[in-house]
Parts: sequence; C-alpha cells; structure tokens
Amino acid sequence: MLPQRGDLPSPTAPPWKPVDPIVNDLTILAATVNGSGSQSANLVLTRAIFSMGIPVAPKNVFPSNIEGLPTWYDLRVSARGYQARRAQHDLLIARNPQTWTHDLAAVVAGGAVVHDDVFLASGVREDVEYFPVPFGRLGKTRIASDSLRKQLTNMIYVGVVAGLLGIPFDNLVTGIERTLATKPKAWPVNIDAVRVGYGYWEENFSDRPISHVLRPVVGGTDGLILVDGNQAAALGCVMGGCTVAAWYPITPSSSLCESLTGYADRFRTDPETGERRIAIVQAEDELAAAGMAIGAGWAGARAMTATSGPGISLMAEFAGLAYYAEVPVVVFDIQRLGPSTGLPTRTSQGDLGFAYRLGHGDTRHLVLLPGTAEECYEFAQRAFDLADRFQTPVLVLSDLDLGMNLWMSRPFDYPEAPFDRGKVLTVDDLERLEGDWARYRDVDGDGIPYRTWPGTPHPNAGYFTRGSGHDDRARYTESPEAYQANMDRLARKHRGARTAVPGPVTVSGGSALGLIAFGSTHHAVVEARDELAARGLPVDYLRLRALPIAPEVADFVAAHERVYVVEQNRDGQLLEILSEELPAELVARLRSIRHYDGQPIAAAAVAAPLLALEAVCV
Amino acid sequence: MSALAVNRIGLAREAYKGGPSTLCAGCGHNSITNHIIKALYDLGVEPHRLAKLSGIGCSSKTPAYFVEQAHGFNGLHGRMPALATGAGLANRELVVLGVSGDGDSASIGLGQFMHLMRRNVDCTYIIEDNGTYGLTKGQFSATADVDSVHKKGAVNHYQPIDPCAVALSVGSTFVARSFSGDGKQLVPLLKAAVAHRGTAVLDIISPCVTFNDHDGSTRSYSWVKDNDEGIHDLSFIPYFEEIRVEYEAGEVKEVDLYDGSTLVLRKLSEDHDPTDRLAAMRLLEESRTRGQLLTGLLYVDEHAEDFATRERLAEQPLRDLGEADLRPAREQFASLMRELM
Ligand SMILES: Cc1ncc(C[n+]2csc(CCOP(=O)(O)OP(=O)(O)O)c2C)c(N)n1
Ligand code: SF4
Repeated sequence: MLPQRGDLPSPTAPPWKPVDPIVNDLTILAATVNGSGSQSANLVLTRAIFSMGIPVAPKNVFPSNIEGLPTWYDLRVSARGYQARRAQHDLLIARNPQTWTHDLAAVVAGGAVVHDDVFLASGVREDVEYFPVPFGRLGKTRIASDSLRKQLTNMIYVGVVAGLLGIPFDNLVTGIERTLATKPKAWPVNIDAVRVGYGYWEENFSDRPISHVLRPVVGGTDGLILVDGNQAAALGCVMGGCTVAAWYPITPSSSLCESLTGYADRFRTDPETGERRIAIVQAEDELAAAGMAIGAGWAGARAMTATSGPGISLMAEFAGLAYYAEVPVVVFDIQRLGPSTGLPTRTSQGDLGFAYRLGHGDTRHLVLLPGTAEECYEFAQRAFDLADRFQTPVLVLSDLDLGMNLWMSRPFDYPEAPFDRGKVLTVDDLERLEGDWARYRDVDGDGIPYRTWPGTPHPNAGYFTRGSGHDDRARYTESPEAYQANMDRLARKHRGARTAVPGPVTVSGGSALGLIAFGSTHHAVVEARDELAARGLPVDYLRLRALPIAPEVADFVAAHERVYVVEQNRDGQLLEILSEELPAELVARLRSIRHYDGQPIAAAAVAAPLLALEAVCV
Repeated sequence: MSALAVNRIGLAREAYKGGPSTLCAGCGHNSITNHIIKALYDLGVEPHRLAKLSGIGCSSKTPAYFVEQAHGFNGLHGRMPALATGAGLANRELVVLGVSGDGDSASIGLGQFMHLMRRNVDCTYIIEDNGTYGLTKGQFSATADVDSVHKKGAVNHYQPIDPCAVALSVGSTFVARSFSGDGKQLVPLLKAAVAHRGTAVLDIISPCVTFNDHDGSTRSYSWVKDNDEGIHDLSFIPYFEEIRVEYEAGEVKEVDLYDGSTLVLRKLSEDHDPTDRLAAMRLLEESRTRGQLLTGLLYVDEHAEDFATRERLAEQPLRDLGEADLRPAREQFASLMRELM
C-alpha cells in the first residue's frame, strides 16, 4: 500500500555535508517499470554525460516481460574508463513503487535518491539524501501531449539528475539529438520535458549539493563511439561478406539480425532497383536457421545464423553434420542463462563447453571469444574467413552483457584484407588437375581438403556430401580404415587451427600470479587487476580469445605459480577445457573463480575471491 | 534410341546416371530414379547446375544414383528443406532438386516442409512415399492410411497426413501426385516441376517391397494399380521444341510454365481445372472417401513469385560477390562511425 501524500515527511538534512565532491566517478541506478518508455530517458542521460567527455558504461537489467515488471538501468560513470558493472549505486532514480525498498537498499551510505514524492522515504534509511519529485503532478500539468505523457515524464528525471550532477543543459540537448537522431520532430517536446525537471531542481534542490559531481573533460571521449556488441557483430557480418543470414528470434541475439537487416537496407540494397545483395531469412526455428546457413555455406555463400543457448541446443545435430561434412558456417551464440524460462534476460558464459563440442560423436569446433564491441566487429569478419579456410563451423560466443549493452569503443577500422575464401577449386584449377581431385584428401598436410562449389561448370567438379561415412573421394564407405583416417585428419585440421584463430592477449609484469579470462569478463578483470595491484598484489593476465587454445596459454601457465581462471558459469567450463588440453603439471597450477548469478561480473567478484584464495595460499 | 543419342546439350543419357543403387531390388524408389534420369536428360539440364539435396531414408539415398556429375548433399533427417533453401539463396542459378521420404517430410520434417512451401522456394520437391520407414525397417509412417495393416499384423488407427493436402493448405504453387510405376505420367510431371518457378511438390507413391507391399497395405503395388485414377493424360512440350500440336477447343487444357514450356492436360477421370485450388482440395477429399488414389497435377500457379524473387535477391549468385559488392564504400563506413560517436 502506497503512502499518501500527507504522510510524507519533509526531506531531512543528512548528518554530514559533502566537502569535496567526487568528480566524474559514480554509478547511477534508474529503477523503472518495463514498457514505461524509460529507455530513451536513460539513453539521453548516458549520451549527455558521454558528450561531456566522461566515460560511461550503461547496462540494462531487464525482465523477461514486455510491460509492467521492474527494470533497471545501471549507468556507470568512470573517469578511468572502467566499463564493468559496479554493484554499489551512488545515485538512485526510483520510479518503481514495487521495488522501492529493495532499490533503496542498494544505495551507498551518503548516496542520493531521486524518487517519486509519493514513495514513503522516512524510516527506511537515514543515511541517504532524498530528493522527492512530484513526477505525476509535473507530468500532468507541464506535459501537454496525452499520448507521450508517460514517456516524457521520465525525461523529467533526466533534468533533475542533470541539475544534481551539474550536467550542462547543452549536453542534455546533445544527448536528446543523439538518442533521437532519426526523429528530429521529437526533439522540442523532449527538451521541454528535460527543462521541466531541470527547473524543478533549480527551484527546490539547487542549494543541496550531493557527494558527486560531473565536470566536462575536454576531449575526454573524443573519437570514441558508443555501440553494442550485437550491432558491432552485425556490421562485422556486412564487412565480412556475409550474404545469407537465417535466424529465429531469441533474446539476447535478436538485435544482431535486426541490426544486420538495418545495415542490409542501407548498404546492400540497390537504391534504384531495390535489388538486395544479402538474403536474411526469419526461419521457422533454429534447426531450419542452421540448415539454411549450412545449405548456403555448402553452395559457396558466406552464411551465418545467430541465436542463444536454447537455439544452440537445437542446432546440435546440424553443427555435427557441418563439422563432418566440412561445410563452412558462422554461428553467433549470444549467451544467456538457462533453458527456456531460466532467466532468459540475464547474462552468462555457460555455453562454452557445449558450444565447443556441439554435435554428437567427436566434434570440436572453432570458437571465437570476443571481449569487446570492437572484437565483436572484427571476429565476425574473421569468423567468415576461418569458416572458409577450415571448412568448418565457427561459433562466435558473445553474451547478453556484451551483445545488448552499449560499450565505448574506438571507431572500427575499415577492413583492408580481401576475403579469404579458402581452398576452393575453380574451373581453371580443375582443368589444370585434369579433373583429378578428391574432396577429402589432405593434399597440403594441414588436414584441410579442397572443395568445389555447386554450379562450377566442369564435369569433374561435383561430389556428394554426407556425414562422416565417406572416403577421400566423398564416396560412401563403411571401411574402418577410411573412417578412422578421416577422423584423424579432422583432428589434425582442428589442431592446426590453434595458431590461426585470434591469439590470446597477454599482459605480464613478472608476477607469480596469473589470471585467465575471456569474453565480457575482461572488463571486470581490468579493474580488479588495478585494485589488486593497488593492494600490493599484481597479477598477470592472459585473455583467451578463441578455442582451440593457443600454444601461448601453456607458456603463460608455465610462467606462473598459480593461475586463476575467471569465468561466468557455475562449473568452470574453461577450467575444464584447459584441464583437458594442458599437460597435467600445468593443470595443477590452475585455480577457479566463478560468477554465475546472471548479473554481469563486477571487479569485486574477481578481486575478493582471488584475495581470499591467496590468503589461503600464503 | 541408339547408343549415340544425345540430348539438346549434347550429353548422352549416361551422363545423367549415378552410382549403382544399393536399394532393394524392386523398390519403387529405383523406378523414380530412372524417371528422374529420363526427365533431366530430356530437358537437357546441365549437370553442373543441378544441386541434389535430400534428408535421410532409403529415398534420401537416391540422389547418389542419378546425375553423378552434379553436387549432392545427403543431409539430416527431415532437414532437407532448410538446406535446399540456403543453397538456392546462395546461388539462384542452381536447379535445386530435393528428394525426401514420407517419414522425412511428413513426420520429423513436416515443419520445414511446410515452411519451404509457404515461402515458395524455387525447387522440385520429391516425396518418395511408401507409407513406411524403409531404412529403419518398416515402422508405420504418418502417411499410412487408417486401417492399413503392418506387415506384422498391427493396424494403423491414426489419421494420415496427406502431403498434397498439406501442400495445398499452405499455398504451394505446384502440387502433384503420381506413382513410381507410371512413367508416362510421372516423367512429364517431373519436367513440369523443373520448369516451374517456385516449389513444385510431387508426392510419388513408391512401394517398399520389403516392408509394405503386402495385403492390407495401401502402398503396395497391387493396391496402387487397382486404385490409381489418373486425372489427366499429360504431355510436356519443352520451350525449346518447335513442334506445336493444334488441339480442338475444349479438348485439352494447357498450362504455360514459367520457362516457356507447356504442360498439356487431356481429361481422363476428372474434369479438373488445376488452377483452381479449392477444386483441388475438394477433389482430394472426395477421392479419399471413395478409396481412390487420385494421381496427376492437382494444382499449379505460375504467377506467384518464388522466394528469392520476392526477397528482391540479386540475380547474380550471391556466392560470387566480392569485397567491392559487399562492403560499403569507405565514406559510407566513415559516416556510420560518426553517427555512433
Ligand atoms: C534425427 C534422426 N532420427 C532418426 C533417424 C533414423 N531414421 C533414418 S531413416 C528414418 C525413416 C525414413 O523413412 P522415410 O523418410 O519414409 O524414408 P524411406 O526409408 O521409407 O524411403 C529414420 C527414422 C535419423 N537418421 N535421424
Ligand atoms: S527397405 Fe523398402 S524403401 Fe528401403 S530400399 Fe528396400 S524396398 Fe526400398
């Protein structure tokens, strides 16, 4: 039961007064109701701060729901550019009565709370500062448009927060123009709504400084872009020459193919004839999506599908077929938790082991592990090259945090290298060979055979593709020797990929301690390493960027006494893979740190367990 | 035909053959293979342009037994439609021919089969329908009729899924039924299917001599011979043939196919207009209650756009496009980066 207006106490002065406010370093939490249109308000705030030259890292924490359930927007502002989640919040924007007490509990002592004035503020916490705002009344009296009222009322809090933090009004306008870039007609009403909030702050709170303040940094974010990993990957698909994409909607991967569709309209469609140079198919399910991509890959197109864990499960049979039949295909897995209703909108790195061996029998895939938005862009392109080069599925494992949240990045490079289409025999090649070639013969000793594309006009071009039962001329056989020879060649091919996939990135300062992580965990590790170093415990770092594991990984482990493997899953799946692929004496050096509550990993979830484990060690 | 006979592109019939069949002697699927060979030879389809795709089953093995020179893909059980869709998108110049079984298309692959048809993917889709799972040794399939009897005596109580009825219900643009033993009807239908633009579905009753050729089966040779009712007498006139026969008005119906060929239909048992979908549905239902196996062209729509055309896909094979076709220009890319700042 919500308290009535009359019950509310007047805001009390906190027992302390901030002397030196903290500059450009805080985390804002906006707690709102899903479907209330708070997303654009949050983006405006984000872009306004970014345009001040201050690094931002926003994260959406949203429910599996279209309207009505609580949703949070976690906006980290960090002068040092940290982009990992931070669990403590310095400023709360509370607009959801359902979660009010819970949200309030997440604010640090001395933090600021901007809230609907109808929420009961007294008796809950005395150690925070309250800024009650009559959002309902302001919306009713100050926003003219009935249809936009709900959404624009959220813009009011942007104005209040801007006042409290000292965001110049010009930057708010920039934030609005950037967020609503395609809807300039909507700018004035949004600017007005922000002004209402700003005005409210001026009249009521301008004499109450809070513990944090934002100050513009000249050139601080110049030249940087804000992009989400899925958008980056979609652009990578465009630049990487993808021409067939098949998908079935699933959070958190849908936005990848939706972005791709946007880029296809813009970059792959003839403006005059409407003719398209890419086919994007919304398939009937993930079985079909994988099948279409594999059919297209077999026929010589660069083809991909994008999904998340449940879809990956359905693609298992096809992934195995493509591995054995040696068909190039790129599969994006934007990881999330659990099957079906298992927190579908929360992040995870739980598909690593499954994806690596997706398929029945002895299958092993190439798995790329982008850790940044820029790598989502680059690895998407490399995935197509690797799939063609190795004639095999390449899985690109991103996750909800990396894929759906905005990240700061340096602008992407225009690719200079041509596509690597791998070992494809043309008519000329076939003539030179006098038609004598064998689809699955290891001519070059690297396990990678030659292939032809259907439609190659040569009488010897054709061959018959099937699963694992074939000889080197692709003829059906159940010969034990032929079967085993083929299996061994496939293993050789996979081993060869260890040095062709993106290599690990290592930062070493000669510490006895090492740390291995991959994917979005990187950002927490960066911050945790700084914290640990500040506490006198420097840790070297290897960021794994692909499977199969590169030879450098063994060297790194060998050079350290203890190596902490940090990952976002319960069972230590990377640890398991490393344990299997590294020599036993090195495996003994590995320790495991795991985070698996569905929230993006924070630095504290790396540093604290590492410190604890080290305390046990010494 | 003399040994030296060649077709319009100068290839002997030999060039349309494949490896030796490993199916049971007398299997209906083998006859279909031969009819496919004849149809493709007569049409003069260039072997390298043919892409043969299939699912899993005895039927799905058959692409290995025709047109050796063509690329073939024996895929996964029930998943040929997806592979065929992808292959066709990658290269619009391919002549896509899919072979499936009734288990493959009416059970495990029913969803993909339906979605392929609703998209009208340009391909010939053959179902070698024996009412049983041949390769897994004779279980009932979903096309088995109610009350038909299993070799070991069990009776099927469940309603059959009729691939043609399914095809009509999802707007397939070419729906025909035929019998493996009736080359006279099947060969022109196969040719028309290849000439058609869009999905051409052929449900071909193809007896399994090993598991479903006994009394009480409605897919046995004898049952089919007794109950087969051809709708029309069919002849196919390819676009490259000069000779045109003049018919008396009302005597025949002509279906003009997308590539300029013509299918001439002369009434046998039914006065059926194959451009009338509702009539086709009614006819199927009526013949079923009469216990007849109605064969021939049930429905055709030569005006519908196929999937790649509807998607406004470039004519040039997508797989041949290079960096210059596929990457936006530097300035376009740079302006995108600026938008993201
Ligand atoms: C996923 C999967 N499940 C089951 C099988 C086993 N299987 C192989 S063929 C077949 C049935 C084939 O029946 P049909 O499509 O009617 O072809 P036919 O052999 O009768 O020509 C089955 C169930 C398989 N290969 N894959
Ligand atoms: S089992 Fe039946 S379907 Fe299979 S090859 Fe033998 S006769 Fe044909």
